[in-house]
Amino acid sequence: MTGWPILSLLTFLPLVGVFFLLVIRGQDEASLGNMRHVALWTTVVNFAVSVVLWAKFDLAQPGFQFIEQAEWLGGSINYKLGVDGISAPFVVLTAFLMPFCILASWTTIKTRVREYLIAFLVLETLMIGVFCALDMVLFYLFFEAGLIPMFLIIGIWGGPRRVYASFKFFLYTLLGSLLMLVGILAMYGTAGTTDIVALLAYKFPADMQWWLWLGFFASFAVKMPMWPVHTWLPDAHVEAPTAGSVILAGILLKMGGYGFLRFSLPMFPLASEYFAPFVFTLSVVAIIYTSLVALMQEDIKKLIAYSSIAHMGFVTMGIFALNEQGVQGAVFQMISHGVVSGALFLCVGVIYDRLHTREIKAFGGLVNRMPWYAAAFLVFTMANVGLPGTSGFVGEFLTLMGSFRANSWVALFATTGVILSAGYALWLYRRVVLGPLDKPELAGIPDLSRREIALLAPLLVLTVLFGVWPAPVIDFSAASIDGLLQQTTAAIESAGKAAALAGQ
Amino acid sequence: MYHLIVFLPLLGAIAAGVIALAGARKRHPGAVGPVDAFHHAHDHGGHGHGAHHDAHAHDAHGHDDHGHHDDHGHGPVEPPAQGSRLAELITTGLLMVSALLAWIAFIDVAISGNAAHVPVLRWITSGELAIDWAFRVDTLTAVMLVVVTSVSALVHLYSIGYMHEDPHRPRFFGYLSLFTFMMLMLVTADNLVQLFFGWEGVGLASYLLIGFWYQKPSANAAAIKAFVVNRVGDFGFLLGIFATFVVFGSVQFETIFAAVPAAADKTIHVFGHDWHALTVIGLLLFMGAMGKSAQLGLHTWLPDAMEGPTPVSALIHAATMVTAGVVLVARMSPIYEFAPDALTVITYVGATTAIFAATVGLVQTDIKRVIAYSTCSQLGYMFVALGVGAYGVAVFHLFTHAFFKALLFLGSGSVIHAMHHEQDMRNMGGLRRLIPLTYWMMVIGTLALTGFPLTAGYFSKDAVIEAAYAAHSSAGMYAFVLTVLAALLTSFYSWRLIFLTFHGRPRASLETMSHVHESPRVMTVPLLVLAVGALFAGAVFKSRFIGDKHDSFWNGALFVGEHNEILHHMHEAPAWVIWSPFVMMVLGFATAWFFYIRSPETPARLAERHRLLYQFLLNKWWFDELYDRLFTRPAKWLGRFLWKTGDGRIIDGLGPDGVSARVIDVTNRVVKLQTGYVYHYAFAMLIGVAALFTWFLMRGL
Repeated sequence: MTGWPILSLLTFLPLVGVFFLLVIRGQDEASLGNMRHVALWTTVVNFAVSVVLWAKFDLAQPGFQFIEQAEWLGGSINYKLGVDGISAPFVVLTAFLMPFCILASWTTIKTRVREYLIAFLVLETLMIGVFCALDMVLFYLFFEAGLIPMFLIIGIWGGPRRVYASFKFFLYTLLGSLLMLVGILAMYGTAGTTDIVALLAYKFPADMQWWLWLGFFASFAVKMPMWPVHTWLPDAHVEAPTAGSVILAGILLKMGGYGFLRFSLPMFPLASEYFAPFVFTLSVVAIIYTSLVALMQEDIKKLIAYSSIAHMGFVTMGIFALNEQGVQGAVFQMISHGVVSGALFLCVGVIYDRLHTREIKAFGGLVNRMPWYAAAFLVFTMANVGLPGTSGFVGEFLTLMGSFRANSWVALFATTGVILSAGYALWLYRRVVLGPLDKPELAGIPDLSRREIALLAPLLVLTVLFGVWPAPVIDFSAASIDGLLQQTTAAIESAGKAAALAGQ
Repeated sequence: MYHLIVFLPLLGAIAAGVIALAGARKRHPGAVGPVDAFHHAHDHGGHGHGAHHDAHAHDAHGHDDHGHHDDHGHGPVEPPAQGSRLAELITTGLLMVSALLAWIAFIDVAISGNAAHVPVLRWITSGELAIDWAFRVDTLTAVMLVVVTSVSALVHLYSIGYMHEDPHRPRFFGYLSLFTFMMLMLVTADNLVQLFFGWEGVGLASYLLIGFWYQKPSANAAAIKAFVVNRVGDFGFLLGIFATFVVFGSVQFETIFAAVPAAADKTIHVFGHDWHALTVIGLLLFMGAMGKSAQLGLHTWLPDAMEGPTPVSALIHAATMVTAGVVLVARMSPIYEFAPDALTVITYVGATTAIFAATVGLVQTDIKRVIAYSTCSQLGYMFVALGVGAYGVAVFHLFTHAFFKALLFLGSGSVIHAMHHEQDMRNMGGLRRLIPLTYWMMVIGTLALTGFPLTAGYFSKDAVIEAAYAAHSSAGMYAFVLTVLAALLTSFYSWRLIFLTFHGRPRASLETMSHVHESPRVMTVPLLVLAVGALFAGAVFKSRFIGDKHDSFWNGALFVGEHNEILHHMHEAPAWVIWSPFVMMVLGFATAWFFYIRSPETPARLAERHRLLYQFLLNKWWFDELYDRLFTRPAKWLGRFLWKTGDGRIIDGLGPDGVSARVIDVTNRVVKLQTGYVYHYAFAMLIGVAALFTWFLMRGL
């Protein structure tokens, strides 16, 4: 389509930044500053490229665009990239969030700055690669390799229990992915190709679909994370540095949802329909269970981590509703959650940097000294609660609408989430921000610095903008979601007809 | 024009917000340099942080049920925020313009019959679901535009005087205007989801305003309570929207209303059964209305909301936001006309609320809480009218109630202002001569509320009672009896308030009494305007709202089914029905006079003799305690249990931690049995439940 390989550029541009980082000598303050600038500009330029991708993206086309292909590993496995309306929003979101991560770590990371920045740039390459890959093996490589930098980020620059948290994170996700690998091998054995486009058109036999679905499910459910394989997330979040949490909540969790949409639904439609009640059950349990757990948390980050799991419950529920509102809502919820939860973790980072604690008890009455912070935190809290007019509402509303159409019981239980989320989010806000400021440690706490304003302002604008005018995100993915659903429901219907015929 | 009416308040809110934030920034500059160094740089944190309390906590007296004492009375008073006057002028000025335009719109739409539909912007589109921002301007909208903008403009004006000591005025006026904008979005909505946007928006504004004095723990608690209890209602509202979309394939009013007759007998398969679709929708939406309009069961937030500044109580918790539920049901009248069972439920709930709140109002000692329960009770009246199909009567009562209840609240604000933030009526008395204007304004409000002949309440409230009688159904009869009884109680507690506050011997200290002063003109002018409304709004508009001009006035905005002849039946009500509210009013007045003027020791004696009943009423039927036991504590317990036991011992214990522990066990050749095998059973049980539920769902499909 375009003269130059924009997706390869997006994917590998961060590695150019890595190269420059390696070239810079010295450990003095000036060199460290240079490194930070190199990383920041790399991510900013990459975001600019992603905007170009967005601008050139053909909204009307449901299929893949910007396809690049090259022979690799002897012909059977290809280097193939391409995006459609389901993956492209995540590419843009990833590129968008990266500069915030670099900026959020500007003053707080003081040890091994070069390695830290390299880890983040490599992570960006791998994450964008996941969303662009159109070959199963390539996808798997990006998907798995992404674990390593994240493992390092938590394990080296994390909090006191970082080793426990990073291993928990690593083991959980690795075990899940291994089952997916088995699934990929089985698919290659049957279909004879690892090309995702070809596999999307291939019809797997029904009984095989079930096993494959379960294998992929193991991997994506851990990533989401879905109840009951969610316990790695709160630990990982609590120990990760602020920027690590932003990426974890903003992008890494979305890979599970993306996987369901890219593989489970279109490739194993019969199994998806068969297992939908199972996913509904887990989603509803996640929404209620983790919301209740969030209510009682004593650590701010942990509370937001649990609320993330609840929000991801809406996503899985929406995806398996198998109708427009559900899937559209799920994609929107993921994008919105990427922005909002990223912003919430940045908000936690702001006060963590000042007091070096995340205990809710240590705070209280911040509004007296930090009115700007209070205002920003309020907007993001309301988005987390799903207040209409913020982006949080659109996704929640659509996924609930979709699931109501699919199964009203599911919607009934899931809608209690809107009550619980108001409970835990507002209670947190009250305990941290409101009330009299009578703790002596907080007496001189300064309001947002200019850098922090620069971090939060764009996210705040997007949160409100997408709440009032969600069209940019919705239109981005509408055509592809339509195509996906048509293909999935057609497969389910034809199987139903075949079964009816066989029964006669 | 409609753009201006709706968006001018938003403009004001943004301007005031910018002023508030800019002022705050000046006072609390941001961090310079690395933020974590602030511990060592105390020099830029020079403002005494204890300085805020004095100005904020001044409203804290008299809340004996919260046990909060003003213990922050030290330090100098915080200086007012910069640009306070500017923020006041901008927001108030813009609202005046908006109110003026609203009246023009009212004449254009309601009197001349020019309904309008104004598209604004695309919102959410997904599959067949298409939701746009748009204004639907019909007579119902026009009535609400007038109510909202007029009361809001007056409250803005009044607040300039009432809040003049508060250092956070820009923020206050920003919130007020934000509320007004959201309320206008609610009443102009052309689809259910936009209505829900306004619905939640006013909830947000209400949350912010109740918690305006954020240093008061009781205010923060009340703010959260208001939001969360409303969310319980929203739970039903959302499900109602989903059901509407499933039945009609649209959430837009125009489309829904056109399709209602065809869908009259439709069933919907939800929650395991086939139900009558319109009844399901009607009941679910009514659940939302119950939350916002504080109907019995979901009413607990409204009395606590009195923690907010008094002008807020007048605007949000009396005249406008709490009537949103009434607007919703009136707006959906085409659906309710085909859902008689839903209407019956509404009648019962409304009537029960009316009597419940009136009984609690009898014994409250906080002047604002008495009026709050009165509001709750009057909302019950409106729902009774809706329930018997007299939508016009309900909106008429909403309309007149807005005037006299705002008047009562602002009047009590004037009392509180005069008494230096004293709210307990036990510490008042004898104020009549000191603040005569406020006194007379309160008397006018009380006359209108109790339905004194020819005042606004006389027309609307008596119409509700007649409509209940005219329904000729058991629900209607139930409502008739209870609303007549409630009229007696209303008259009693209203006059009790007047007598306790203004008559008798002063019970406040001489020091306080010597400082009592009439409020400034900026506060009394709004009172006068509202008093005019409280006196004449009924007489002037009766024929249009519920009389012979009913049909041409409403012009289809309220749907009345073919067999709904409630308005005709009302005219045929026998004389004793028509006279009964009047008799009740006189009785209530006489009793209150006897209790509080003639023989002031009687109430205490009665309370002593009927201790349990008195405690029951004083503690508001123990709803708060009940909910605390039923919901709040179990939720917290469950949250902790799921966290510590569910996540900690079971999932982690059997998962990662367990696996690694097992590995160590094996390597160490530890043969000892692990404790905690009970959790294995618990876990197996959880899995079993999940499996069972899954199987159940699969079968259900």
